[in-house]
Amino acid sequence: MTRRDIVKYAIATQQRLEKYRRGDEAPPMFLFNAHQPLVDLDALRPDGLTVDPLLPELPLRRVMAGGIKNTYHRPVKPGDHLVLTRTIADIYEKQGASGPLIFVVYGVRVETENGELVMEEIRRRIFR
Amino acid sequence: MPRLSTVTVGTELDERTHETSMVSLFLYNAAVWNPHRIHFDAEYTTQVEKHPNIVVDGPLQGDWLSQVVTEWLGEDGDLVEFEYSNRRAAYLGERLRAGGEVVEIDQQAGTVTLQLYIKNADDAVIAPGRALVRLPG
Repeated sequence: MTRRDIVKYAIATQQRLEKYRRGDEAPPMFLFNAHQPLVDLDALRPDGLTVDPLLPELPLRRVMAGGIKNTYHRPVKPGDHLVLTRTIADIYEKQGASGPLIFVVYGVRVETENGELVMEEIRRRIFR
Repeated sequence: MPRLSTVTVGTELDERTHETSMVSLFLYNAAVWNPHRIHFDAEYTTQVEKHPNIVVDGPLQGDWLSQVVTEWLGEDGDLVEFEYSNRRAAYLGERLRAGGEVVEIDQQAGTVTLQLYIKNADDAVIAPGRALVRLPG
């Protein structure tokens, strides 16, 4: 984790607290998407999104953010070396107002290199 | 700076208004490395994904909810749990309000539960949230 990346995030999200603006500590949502695999441009889907190697091919293509639930154990600071582990916790269908939806639930575990737990995230993505 | 000894159920947290611009959305998506075209490509967004306009990221609204909490806590207190759901989409340039209130106090555990919201111009809650925080006595 670098101070520079934390400051960029703090500017983009218009943080007001000095500890975030200076990059002394990362804001609570800073690690959102940090588990995303980094792939070359020609490996992106036509909508721009990354093909998720954990997912089977789904019959619905359009992706929406669903929400998260995070549990925090200690703040993220510049200089931290973090290990993120991502798993698929659940996949289920629902009938939405405008058609069928598929919910994909991810679990993300964030630890230090020594195995100290930093944060746990449960994240929902919706395919429509 | 809120204290466990003085906080009461129903205390409202300061509301803050957010209005996105093409530049603010671009920088947010660059910071989280999100190349989804509905956040920067208007023609694709309206013609292919059939949205009325460029879409405001769900997790950006989540961040605004977290800021309602962190600004209330200031340098004291810890965020323990935080969650939200993106219920309805919001679009570029919309005026959105982020706020919340204290709904539960657990003196023994030293924790307070906050209910949070993002509301649009119609006063509809488009992203409800909840946070559990630990306060100093």
